[in-house]
Amino acid sequence: VRSEKINNSPLNNLLVRFFSVLLFSLFSFPFSLLSASPTNYTYNYDFWFENVASPDAYYVSGYILGTGLGIGAFRDPQGLFVRDNRVYVCDSGNNRIILLAYENGEHRLVSVADSVTINGERSPFNYPMDIFETRDGFLYIADTNNQRILKLDRNWNYISSIIKPDDESIDESAEFLPLKLVVDYASRLFVQARNINKGLMEFDSRGNFAGYMGANKVDVSIIDYVWKLLSTQAQKERMELFIPTEYNNLCLDNDGFIYVTNSNMQADPVRRLNAMGQDILIRNGYEEPVGDLVFGNAGGISGPSRFIDVTALDNDSYACFDRMRGRIFVYDFQGNLLYAFGGLGNREGCFLQPVAIDRMGRSLYALDSRSAALTRFDLTGYGEKINSALDEYHAGRYEASAKEWEEVLKMNGNYDLAYIGIGRAALRQGEYQKAMKFYKLKHYREGYGKAFQLYRKQFMEENLWKILLILAIIIIAPLLVKTAIRIVREVREA
Amino acid sequence: MKYLPDKAWWQRFGATLRYSLYTAVHPLDGFWDLTHEKRGSLAAANLILILAVLIDVLRMTLTSFQFVLVNMEYFNAVIVIMRTILPVFLWVVANWSLTTLMDGKGRMPEIYMAVCYALAPSVIINAVMIVLSRLITFDEGAIYWVLAGFSVFWTAILILTAMMMVHDYSLTKAVLSSLLTIVGMGIMVFIFVVFFSLISDAVSYFVSLYKEILFRVL
Repeated sequence: VRSEKINNSPLNNLLVRFFSVLLFSLFSFPFSLLSASPTNYTYNYDFWFENVASPDAYYVSGYILGTGLGIGAFRDPQGLFVRDNRVYVCDSGNNRIILLAYENGEHRLVSVADSVTINGERSPFNYPMDIFETRDGFLYIADTNNQRILKLDRNWNYISSIIKPDDESIDESAEFLPLKLVVDYASRLFVQARNINKGLMEFDSRGNFAGYMGANKVDVSIIDYVWKLLSTQAQKERMELFIPTEYNNLCLDNDGFIYVTNSNMQADPVRRLNAMGQDILIRNGYEEPVGDLVFGNAGGISGPSRFIDVTALDNDSYACFDRMRGRIFVYDFQGNLLYAFGGLGNREGCFLQPVAIDRMGRSLYALDSRSAALTRFDLTGYGEKINSALDEYHAGRYEASAKEWEEVLKMNGNYDLAYIGIGRAALRQGEYQKAMKFYKLKHYREGYGKAFQLYRKQFMEENLWKILLILAIIIIAPLLVKTAIRIVREVREA
Repeated sequence: MKYLPDKAWWQRFGATLRYSLYTAVHPLDGFWDLTHEKRGSLAAANLILILAVLIDVLRMTLTSFQFVLVNMEYFNAVIVIMRTILPVFLWVVANWSLTTLMDGKGRMPEIYMAVCYALAPSVIINAVMIVLSRLITFDEGAIYWVLAGFSVFWTAILILTAMMMVHDYSLTKAVLSSLLTIVGMGIMVFIFVVFFSLISDAVSYFVSLYKEILFRVL
């Protein structure tokens, strides 16, 4: 008993840990950060829609509070934007916008803006909800409760503003409340405004209203329609209207396409719009990118995931932020779920009320309005491997990508994409049987079919003579035997 | 040894089993003779049913995953077996109950025999499909699915014809009685479910009563 106690003493434990960490860091690959402080339960879904635990793909590398920056706590922050190493936070409740710079692993406060000077007059912000910095250095601010969009230069100097457009499609008495905005490479401004359900409002480079883009489709089911026919006027008034739903956030990707999210279950939760407003998101995963595939109603939270924001990464994968359960779902460019993590709560890496997500390189920033905090996530070694495999795959270098996938498999044997990626490389190298094996393990039928077709062809070409020989023997042998018997008989009778 | 069937029995068994191939391609003639000319046997019918069950289990387990994908973690052979056997028995009972009221000539064993004989071609097609699935690719799956549909279609036609011949019905009457049989099967299943839920409620009542007595009185 005595010796057991000694073995389990904290000091001993600490020593063992210290040496194992030391040994590990000596012999492991250059990415020494496998998992620093764990995020909340990282997982994925398999072919059968079952929850599969996975190593952490991201770890929390920074937790930024207003008080920590010395400018007083954030209040109800709503907007987040990242360009290069600059992080803009719309501290909406305090009517100010905060600019941080990320340098050497630290977030440094650069400036705090709470007003602009227009014609010598100071004009304070009123609940600004979003900001966008263009590549040529202009700032666009959705100054929501002032009912205007401001265009500033990099030093917060006023250039122009956009107010409610004079257009017959907009109700005279309605307020113009811009919520979220992006500016594409042609300097066109896309705005999601409250109570505008015709799509995103589009303004040209001079700030003139140019129409709407990408309205949500309305899906009216037959049952709804019949039900509506049967109901009385009073009932109809209390029903949900069959109108297109509003988007709740948008994000510009590297190719100039706009990702939009939608959180009321009447339309696709996430879409990628082209200039015509058509949805061009690729949905080749096990299931469409909708967040959780299986959900209970634990803790009074029930129903599917509801995306509040989306951000596109460089390799065309994108991260969606679920406000129902505070989870971040990252999908690759084919629509496969890469990993999901996060959650609701007061822990590091969890959120109380998710509002916005953005990225810096491969790192993610997530903004939480109730805990008034910005969390930075960096990739772990595992996440790095997955992303470099995806990069290679995206560039069409399947063999290089397979090497990365093999590394991923060493860390997580349940990672379906790794098996399929290795199968893909094997197929291209002519190792059909290996491809078939890997595809079959993860139930990838189309791929298996292709590999099998090639394997079958190869098999037939190599063994054709054997098959023909066997067939020949089966057909000729009885004939020979018959003739032999006949000859013998004839000889005897003769 | 004297309980084993004699040679004549085996010969008749073989002949009646082979007759299932005749009924598959000559249903009108075949099903009439099956009962009226005593060309079928219950032993052969049993064997066909067993084979149908077996081939269904094999279909779930041996077919290439390109066409039939079963989560083996939750695979339950008993349920798969019941999926074939139960409908056959429900059909026989429901059909007999109805046709006795509708001037049907068939007796219950005859109905059972006819239904089982009607399953014969689907057994053969399914066996072929299992082998075929291992030789074709996902893109060529059309062949597989056409065969699958064909087997269902053929079986349905055979069952209908079998009912027509066994009960000496016209086509309209056979169709009508078959539709009513399906309704009857539904009613039977419903009653079973209600019955079992009532029984389980009653049992749990007495169990809780017993526990209560143990807890409070004793």
